[in-house]
Amino acid sequence: MLDSNKDSLKLEAMKRIVAMIARGKNASDLFPAVVKNVACKNIEVKKLVYVYLVRYAEEQQDLALLSISTFQRGLKDPNQLIRASALRVLSSIRVTIIVPIMMLAIKEAASDMSPYVRKTAAHAIPKLHSLDPEQKDQLIEVIEKLLADKTTLVAGSVVMAFEEVCPDRIDLIHKNYRKLCNLLIDVEEWGQVVIINMLTRYARTQFLNPNVNESLLEESSDKAFYASDDEEDEDEKAEVTTLEKRKPYVMDPDHRLLLRNTKPLLQSRNAAVVMAVAQLYFHLAPKAEVGIIAKALVRLMRSHSEVQYVVLQNVATMTIKRRGMFEPYLKSFYIRSTDPTQIKILKLEVLTNLANEANISTILREFQTYIKSMDKDFVAASIQAIGRCATNIGEVRDTCLNGLVQLLSNRDELVVAESVVVIKKLLQMQPEQHSDIIKHMAKLIDNIQVPMARASILWLIGEYCEHVPKIAPDVLRKMAKSFTNEEDIVKLQIINLAAKLYLTNSKQTKLLTQYVLNLAKYDQNYDIRDRARFIRQLIVPTDKSGALNKYAKKLFLALKPAPVLESPFKDRDHFQLGSLSHLLNAKAAGYQELPDWPESAPDPSVRNVEVIRLLERVTTLTSIPDWSKCSSRKDRKEKKVEKPFYSDSEGESGPTESADSESDSGSGSASASGSDEGGSGSESEESREETESEEEEEDEEEEKKKRKKLDMTKAKKQADESAESEQSSGAENRKRGRKAVKNQKSASESESESESSESEDESEEESEEESESDTDVRKKKMPVSKQPPKQSKKESKKETQEMSLLDLDDFEPAPASAPVTPVNFLSSRLVSDLEGLSLTDTILAPTTIAPSGLIKMYELLHRITGEGLAVEYCFSRQPFSPDPNMVAVQIQFTNNTNSETKNLHIEDPRLQSGMRIREFAEIDVLAAGESVTVVIGIDFCDSTQAANFQLCTHTRKFFVSVQPPVGELMTPAFLTENDFKKEQENLLNGKLMGMNEILEKLTLGEKCVNEHVIVERVTATANLSRVPCGSDKECSTPPPPPSAPVYRFAGKTVSSGCLVLVTVTTKEGGGAQLTVNCEKMVIGTMLVKDILQALSQ
Amino acid sequence: MIHSLFLISNAGDLFLEKHWKSVISRSVCDYFFEAREKAVEPDNVPPVIRTPHHYLINIYQTFQKLMFLFSKLGVCFIVDVLYRMCADYFGECSETTIKDNVVIVYELLEEMLDNGFPLATESNILKELIRPPTILRSMVNTITGSSNVGETLPTGQLSTIPWRRAGVKYTNNEAYFDVVEEIDAILDKSGTTVFAEIQGVIDACVKLSGMPDLTLSFMNPRLLDDVSFHPCVRYKRWESERVIAFIPPDGNFQLMSYHISAQNLVAIPVYVKQNISFFETGSSGRLDITVGPKQTMGKTLECLVVTVHMPKVVLSANLSATQGTYNYDPVTKILVWDIGKLNPQKLPNLKGSLSLQSGAPKPEENPSLNIDLKIQQLAISGLKVNRLDVYGEKYKPFKGVKYVTKAGKFQVRT
Repeated sequence: MLDSNKDSLKLEAMKRIVAMIARGKNASDLFPAVVKNVACKNIEVKKLVYVYLVRYAEEQQDLALLSISTFQRGLKDPNQLIRASALRVLSSIRVTIIVPIMMLAIKEAASDMSPYVRKTAAHAIPKLHSLDPEQKDQLIEVIEKLLADKTTLVAGSVVMAFEEVCPDRIDLIHKNYRKLCNLLIDVEEWGQVVIINMLTRYARTQFLNPNVNESLLEESSDKAFYASDDEEDEDEKAEVTTLEKRKPYVMDPDHRLLLRNTKPLLQSRNAAVVMAVAQLYFHLAPKAEVGIIAKALVRLMRSHSEVQYVVLQNVATMTIKRRGMFEPYLKSFYIRSTDPTQIKILKLEVLTNLANEANISTILREFQTYIKSMDKDFVAASIQAIGRCATNIGEVRDTCLNGLVQLLSNRDELVVAESVVVIKKLLQMQPEQHSDIIKHMAKLIDNIQVPMARASILWLIGEYCEHVPKIAPDVLRKMAKSFTNEEDIVKLQIINLAAKLYLTNSKQTKLLTQYVLNLAKYDQNYDIRDRARFIRQLIVPTDKSGALNKYAKKLFLALKPAPVLESPFKDRDHFQLGSLSHLLNAKAAGYQELPDWPESAPDPSVRNVEVIRLLERVTTLTSIPDWSKCSSRKDRKEKKVEKPFYSDSEGESGPTESADSESDSGSGSASASGSDEGGSGSESEESREETESEEEEEDEEEEKKKRKKLDMTKAKKQADESAESEQSSGAENRKRGRKAVKNQKSASESESESESSESEDESEEESEEESESDTDVRKKKMPVSKQPPKQSKKESKKETQEMSLLDLDDFEPAPASAPVTPVNFLSSRLVSDLEGLSLTDTILAPTTIAPSGLIKMYELLHRITGEGLAVEYCFSRQPFSPDPNMVAVQIQFTNNTNSETKNLHIEDPRLQSGMRIREFAEIDVLAAGESVTVVIGIDFCDSTQAANFQLCTHTRKFFVSVQPPVGELMTPAFLTENDFKKEQENLLNGKLMGMNEILEKLTLGEKCVNEHVIVERVTATANLSRVPCGSDKECSTPPPPPSAPVYRFAGKTVSSGCLVLVTVTTKEGGGAQLTVNCEKMVIGTMLVKDILQALSQ
Repeated sequence: MIHSLFLISNAGDLFLEKHWKSVISRSVCDYFFEAREKAVEPDNVPPVIRTPHHYLINIYQTFQKLMFLFSKLGVCFIVDVLYRMCADYFGECSETTIKDNVVIVYELLEEMLDNGFPLATESNILKELIRPPTILRSMVNTITGSSNVGETLPTGQLSTIPWRRAGVKYTNNEAYFDVVEEIDAILDKSGTTVFAEIQGVIDACVKLSGMPDLTLSFMNPRLLDDVSFHPCVRYKRWESERVIAFIPPDGNFQLMSYHISAQNLVAIPVYVKQNISFFETGSSGRLDITVGPKQTMGKTLECLVVTVHMPKVVLSANLSATQGTYNYDPVTKILVWDIGKLNPQKLPNLKGSLSLQSGAPKPEENPSLNIDLKIQQLAISGLKVNRLDVYGEKYKPFKGVKYVTKAGKFQVRT
């Protein structure tokens, strides 16, 4: 059938063959026939052939070689799936001859466009390594390269390869550490597990033990998170810490980063991920924070019994070290009669570990029910557990003992035997008080058959024969009688008993002892014969016996320390939790030892420098290290806020100055509305108005003074820096960053405070002025020249930067920045910061066009329906300062009536869930004929759903709704062309959530002939910024039109900050192609529609 | 790293084997058979068996044994992969379905793991790579000769929402949510609650076109103590606003599971009066069980089943039930009393005698009762879904929420 021409027949044949393989039958003699079909076009046949090949290639190496060329061709296939599967099969064929081919293929695939193929390459690495370990060095190179990959798809697989091939090359991780931490949440589940395990080991080698001085922990935890601006500085401190052990422990911010980024993964649905995070916290977190994993682990207990088994094993280990952690969940470990035995026993273990004075009574009550169980193994374990509780907690020892003694009358022999053994251990602690129990047990010896129990009783009697002088010889007599029928362990104890009695009570027992020893002399077991001989020599005085004889009594009846009942999980914690080795309590093959904490922390800067080199093109030096350096959230925010500010202003006139000039000139800027200046001026003004809503009256005079001072220092500094060349060489940038940080440190918090208040009083001025000249304001909103000259563009850009600075300051106390969500928030901020920064990094002068074009006014309330009150709104495209996730909506009220309108305010907003609105402050009076403008912020949650609310005057209420066009849901993002391309690729490759690309062909409208019109149209439709073209280096002159002009625009959505990338490629004859890349598919589609419409008009 | 996989039926024959690295002889399974013989019940086979060269991990499901060999890596990891493998794809996974679809299963396994490391486990992706067999499709295939294997890389694999297929279209857009709560409880002899907690899951069946962005909010989200989500849920939003925002996978999936711990008071919907005793003399015993409603919030109890694992010495039961039927299996020693709907006016009662093996000592423990029940239209914790909003798509979907309370591991000690 395989030789047939029809695919369906081939398929049928292959299916049968694979079914044979699956059942474990040998199908290797069909190899030649199957291999022929490797080049088959039908993809299903192909797949089955692959399956077959992988299974049998090892056995038929020569024939397998025939298929190699097909794979090599497959590696160049345009379809990424085929490339990937070719590589997979090629690497799965375990034929040593093709090692060089594999090596080559892996190297090629590692730099493939498609992340899926790169992922496959990462998978192939361990395969090749196991085939030929000599390739290790080359493979490590590939791993190193792939580790630098930024897509989440690859991250998991490459770390897996790393663990397989070179787990000891920790130095490869340094530079990727932070990236891995930040990506972690987006990596697929299995990758998360591997990465977390690897990072645990990494952190163990790189950071200090957070629990070094546990006693100091409480007080230090508050201080521990101070920000240190200098790496060396911190290093020193860390060393000092270990040396003196007196200073509070300082957690490395990277360590903190890891803990913070893994925490949300505790909510994963995947048990393996939860377990991995749990072990990470257990091994790495400071004592105070480990507690959070308990809840998640308890949740896993609901899972399949196999998972339960693993989790319980780990919980058992944890409870020994950190008992408090699981105490609140004690009841979750109660045992059901339907649990499998091994689960029951583990639960029991946990319960025992958790027992303390407070809860012992409830636990013991539980144990009592367990003892009645039908599962005998479990009963035995329960009794032992009671014994352990009794030894550990002195208060209940008597109760336990009494309970156990009662068990002695149990009908089940196993129960009795187990209790005897346990009682024996307990009695050893305080034998004097319990001679009656010993007597009772002596009686039991007639009935109990279990050897261990018999031996225990005998030992007890022997040991405490002084307490039961009458019974002991009698017991020995009985035992001597049945000696030959006893088990070995009992026989040994009989000899023991005899010896002890001989020493204490030789009158009565001399003969008996002799008899027993004689019996033992001829026993089958050499141990017993040995023991008998030894004891005889020892206790029976003969002439030969020497000095030992005298000490016999001391030897036998020495005071023996009571045994300590320990948990079998006691020492397990030196194995990495969750690992197989831990489960088995033995080292499994390939287990990586969890290293001990280092005495002093290795240089943390290794991570910094490398990260920078890695991200060099995207970021300036200071931002990343400093960002992660400071660990107090507040500090961090401030720093982040400041940084773009400083670095951005390098070499350019300081933004504060321009802001200053504006506020100083006040109405002057308003009058300049027609000019370019005005465009930027109005921006800042508007956003300042916004802050008005939440401002408090403050002393203006003072604030101003303060501000001026600050401005002066800033200006000075900027002047300094502008003197420096604009080159963005790494070292220089870093220096600047340092300076910036230092400066900031000296100014510290007061700066940011003053800044925010600064904006406040400024806005006051503005609003006053505004109410005076509404018409001016109107004009100002109106647009600016179509292609403003460079100066103003820069100006405006800086303005926005500056504004965002202020935003954040204001934003800080806002509830949206709830401290629980730092991770995503920060990383997204970071991204946007980097985007901002990248601008100054490149030599290219930015040619972004400030949002221009007519700002369209929409009607909110018509003059007639509003009974004379007309309300219009527009999207001012300014950041809304109280909350950067909100879209600023500018509302203009015009009172067309003859009377005053009072108490204008918003009421009863009815919003889709998730949407939020920030209302404007109530307008007390709106005189007749006057109009006033306010700004509200609405968080549309990146959807075009309308926000409904009531607009109230002192007399009436109007239902109104604001519906945003999709283009207004975004803010411009500043990217260079390179960054744009990179981001676009990332989006395509699915690095960010929900990749999508929408392609649309269109014919440009008649008017859309030149660049300006296109740019204008697009920016009018959507609040995007133009990405500078590579060709126009000095953008003052428009670039010579390239053969196929490409226009790129970038922005990000307001609420979630995901990137929106728009590309318009014009073609000859008025044709064009529109590409929109956006994480949010909805936004993307709608945007495409809108832009299409705008361009084809 | 999973090295090999063997599927073993309950009868003990090996019906599927798959090797991801070099081939391991199936003789390793002998270690497993040995262990299985030692353990009386299949439940009790230790999950990890150590052999000189490999570690066997075995997973038991009602129908089969799955067994694996591997070295290295966390155990949890492996166990989880395997569970996912079975459950996700066919929905129902039994020995016969695997035997019928042996080739597809084999292809799937090949796709899921590469060199023993999970490659793609999201069922949506797998369904695109290798389409699940349906009667309709197999007919079409035989006629047209088209294949079951996807030709292109599933889009989901590359995106970071691997759970959603691209280009989903429905004529009826609907989204259903089932809030299923299970009560785990242990009651002691006198009826007092030793331990009770609620485990809830929200199962969703979302059939919406395009790429909808859903937001689900609760009336009382504070109730939820510990939650875990499907990866599609945005954790950030939950932390800050206590709403569940997500782009749903297509079709059925478990949106979240939650846990309401023992600290909160859990309403126990049922009480049981029982009296089981075995007589010292004359190998026999007496059994008397009455079940009645307790806190049911005005709803009726349905599907009430009482299961008793009798001691080994009980040979047979001679009982009479006022409602429902009972069945005693003398081999497994399980007594099942299927009551059905509970009538509060006339409480169901099961009474009668048990006969024991003569000569055997009377069992010293009374068997505990496991209770199974169902209450429709009630979430016993009081959790209520407030609303579901769809963003991103224009249509108005049909929405529905169903509440069910079930007994989970509900045990009454006697």
